[in-house]
Amino acid sequence: MTVIEIEELRKRYGDTVAVAGVSLAVEAGEIFGILGPNGAGKTTTVECVAGLRTPDSGTVRVLGRDPRDPALRRLVGVQLQESRLPEKMAVREALELFSAFYPDPADWRRLAAELGLDGKLGTRFGKLSGGQKQRLSIALALLGNPRIAILDELTTGLDPQARRDTWDLIGAVRDRGVTVVLVTHFMEEAERLCDRIAVIDAGVVVAVDTPAGLVERVSAGQRVRFRPSAPIDDALLTVLPEVDRVTRHGSQVEVDGHGNLVQVVAATLAAHRIIAHDLRIEQAGLDEAFVRLTGRGAREE
Amino acid sequence: MSVFVQLTRSELRLFRREPQIVFFSLAFPSILVLIVGSIPAFREADDAIGGLRVIDLYVGIATVLTLATLALQSAPMVLAGYRESGFLRRLATTPARPIALLGAQVAMCLLTALASVSLVLIVGRVVFGVALPRQPAAFLLAFLLTAGAAFAIGLFIAALAPSGKAANAIGTLLFFPAMFFAGLWTPREAFPGFLRDIADLTPLGAGERAVHEATSGSWPAWGALAVLGAYVVVFGVAAARLFRWE
Repeated sequence: MTVIEIEELRKRYGDTVAVAGVSLAVEAGEIFGILGPNGAGKTTTVECVAGLRTPDSGTVRVLGRDPRDPALRRLVGVQLQESRLPEKMAVREALELFSAFYPDPADWRRLAAELGLDGKLGTRFGKLSGGQKQRLSIALALLGNPRIAILDELTTGLDPQARRDTWDLIGAVRDRGVTVVLVTHFMEEAERLCDRIAVIDAGVVVAVDTPAGLVERVSAGQRVRFRPSAPIDDALLTVLPEVDRVTRHGSQVEVDGHGNLVQVVAATLAAHRIIAHDLRIEQAGLDEAFVRLTGRGAREE
Repeated sequence: MSVFVQLTRSELRLFRREPQIVFFSLAFPSILVLIVGSIPAFREADDAIGGLRVIDLYVGIATVLTLATLALQSAPMVLAGYRESGFLRRLATTPARPIALLGAQVAMCLLTALASVSLVLIVGRVVFGVALPRQPAAFLLAFLLTAGAAFAIGLFIAALAPSGKAANAIGTLLFFPAMFFAGLWTPREAFPGFLRDIADLTPLGAGERAVHEATSGSWPAWGALAVLGAYVVVFGVAAARLFRWE
């Protein structure tokens, strides 16, 4: 079932075109990543989905409704980039206050415990660390038991451990049946978490696929490198249909190919009783796919 | 419990954590009455102000001062700060509407003002024998209309100011002339005629006039009520038009 449908979404601010015709569909129960460099239009797109902005043109439907439909405020939880609570509001107070907004809120105590905030209930927002603020923000987004959670740059500013903890949490959220829309510019995050990813660049979707699919799409293949224990004839390898090319760098053999390259090369070497020392397998990652798709690195800002 | 009540409780709690604002809105007006009343000459009937004592006037002035502090200095700072920090936007993504937070802030201020003004009236009555308002209904009307004018201007400031700090600066800049016309430094009743005419057209001057008249037992002049009403409408509409949520 499609829960979010965006067709030809366009939005400009003055002379700046933020979104120039984005179309995509998010299915129920998936973690859908929106990946792109800064300023690509990711945030504007999700803000239109969250009903915070009105598109210039195009249509957006969320659970079959107009994004501005007040009924959606109960069904969609949003974690916004750069939104702070009052400095002197304590964690417990924020959770209690936001609980009062929803007709059937989740148990905020349990949510706080799941997010590791149970020891911080009496702490005021201004005194929380960056990671704790982020986790509180996620807790508030989940308080209403939403069917869709929109999380914008949720691990930006977190240390690596906190980031990994947050990923586990997002996985757990999805396991409850919540559809997650995750805006990010971290490759590793997108690759680890997302079922499907839309790569957005300069206001348009350049690709929608699974992380593996995106990688496959742009990478010609794989590369295996090793130092053979005994001399080896190139022909042994070049006859294999998976192998495209063999090159040598001194004692090192470099094999470019595709498909089950690693397995067939390993099997051939084994058959000739050759051991591959210092075996390295190089495979293009999402990082490289992203650079090829957008023509630049996500981390360049 | 309703969202509005919860938000108002939350605003009250946050307000209590700002000792400076609590002092100036809740305690200072009464302290001002105590200071003015401690000067012997101000406790004696003065023909220049129609046979009243200066201290009799300052109870009304302290009432207006309470509203000015909350409406011009505190509320715009808090609300523009909520916009600046993205809290209003955050609320817009929940079933609670951001306008409920504006209402809660104003409700919180009005409750605080009621407490502060009650304290002013009690201090005036108990310590200096200042008569309680002889027209309680008229006093309440004058109080509410003055509050309405002051908060309409406060919301207008919050609508224009880009940040909490800027709102506080604008509010403070406005506070001093506004309170001058309300007679904080020299009672309006002692103003020369032309200055009093000007004062009667300012929001807090008109407010002080209405409060004073209600206190001394007459129904406030239509002129004062009309001036206050005009401020409520003009600045209220402007604030509603201009207020941005993000």
